[in-house]
Amino acid sequence: MYQFNYERPKTLADAEALLGKADDPKILAGGQTLIPTLKQRLAMPSDVIDIGGIKDLDFIRAEGDAIMIGAATRHATVAQSADVKKHNPALAALAGGIGDPAVRHMGTIGGSIANNDPAADYPAACLGLDAKIHTTKRLIEADEFFKGMFETALQDGEIIKEVTFPHPEKAAYMKFRNPASRYAMVGVFVSRGPWGVRVAVTGAGQNGVFRVNDMEEALSKNWSPEAVAGIKVPATGLNSDLHGSAEYRAHLVTVMAKRAVAAAG
Amino acid sequence: MPVVSMTVNGKPASADVEARTLLVQFIREQLGLTGTHVGCDTSQCGACVVHVDGRAVKSCTMLAAQAEGAEVLTIEGLAKNGELHPVQAAFREHHGLQCGFCTPGMIMTAIDMIRRNPGLDEETVREELEGNICRCTGYHNIVKAILAASQEMR
Repeated sequence: MYQFNYERPKTLADAEALLGKADDPKILAGGQTLIPTLKQRLAMPSDVIDIGGIKDLDFIRAEGDAIMIGAATRHATVAQSADVKKHNPALAALAGGIGDPAVRHMGTIGGSIANNDPAADYPAACLGLDAKIHTTKRLIEADEFFKGMFETALQDGEIIKEVTFPHPEKAAYMKFRNPASRYAMVGVFVSRGPWGVRVAVTGAGQNGVFRVNDMEEALSKNWSPEAVAGIKVPATGLNSDLHGSAEYRAHLVTVMAKRAVAAAG
Repeated sequence: MPVVSMTVNGKPASADVEARTLLVQFIREQLGLTGTHVGCDTSQCGACVVHVDGRAVKSCTMLAAQAEGAEVLTIEGLAKNGELHPVQAAFREHHGLQCGFCTPGMIMTAIDMIRRNPGLDEETVREELEGNICRCTGYHNIVKAILAASQEMR
């Protein structure tokens, strides 16, 4: 790791002020991606602003027909939350399947979506559930938030405060794990709710998470695994590496979509 | 350099360290508690697992500064008055270790999973061990030891 200045503000206002002053700051939430990145010297921030001490960012609230999750809420907390399990069991299961127990005790929802790793799980839940991302500056629709590999709509100095997930009628997430890293080779989140039907795919696309419109249309007419069985996504634009070709990943998208619809019931 | 203060195994610990100091470096190099191991250094193997405020975390993937004010428990803090913790005793009884390198992390992970899962079964134990690797591949006896300890601790 290169040297950096470290700050641990107690309030969001202090964090914003520190971000404004620093040359090239990075926000540290749970650190489960940032710290390995720093250790490999893939990043050299001047300042690391640790938002882990801001108590106001760690909460889960069920209100009306939605669940609000604070940006610094740990994956383990979401997975075990009675409110999330009751209103959005697919989201609880997704959180409980990230990494391993020790990683889930540190990693946060805000960190996951701000990083937008093309194989991360939470971006699929946000896009697949029509989530709203609230920041220190504005509200961003999930459709507008994820811009590409490790790229989001967030501007310099903007901090995620909370993510709002409306309750789905039906939803499920199925992931095919890379046997070594356990990251998603392909993960598919399907849902049906007031927003209609959504199918969001992570792990496969070179530009990160994306929706599959053909599957959404087919499922709107007929909510069953058979409805998506014949729909293939093009291999163009999908990841191809030693773990699997783009064609293999394209095939997995259909397989995991079928399994997800079956699991959602 | 920031001064970092926390409680480790019930005793106050404080040191002036570089911001980039990892929790595992603080524990091993500042405090001389070398029971916590560094295996992969890439947050996969779990040899470095300790408890921070009662929850199992990988101390190679956390800055010491992030543990400011926290209660940290390492393998050295488990035995009381010369008597092994039930999980340590079960690992000895059921031959849950071969070379022993992964053992401190396995035991800290086991205590955390027993706390969170009343009525632990074999499938759950194996799933919960996702983040701990034994390169001797001695998993069968590790699982047996954890199941026996969870019965004992009920």
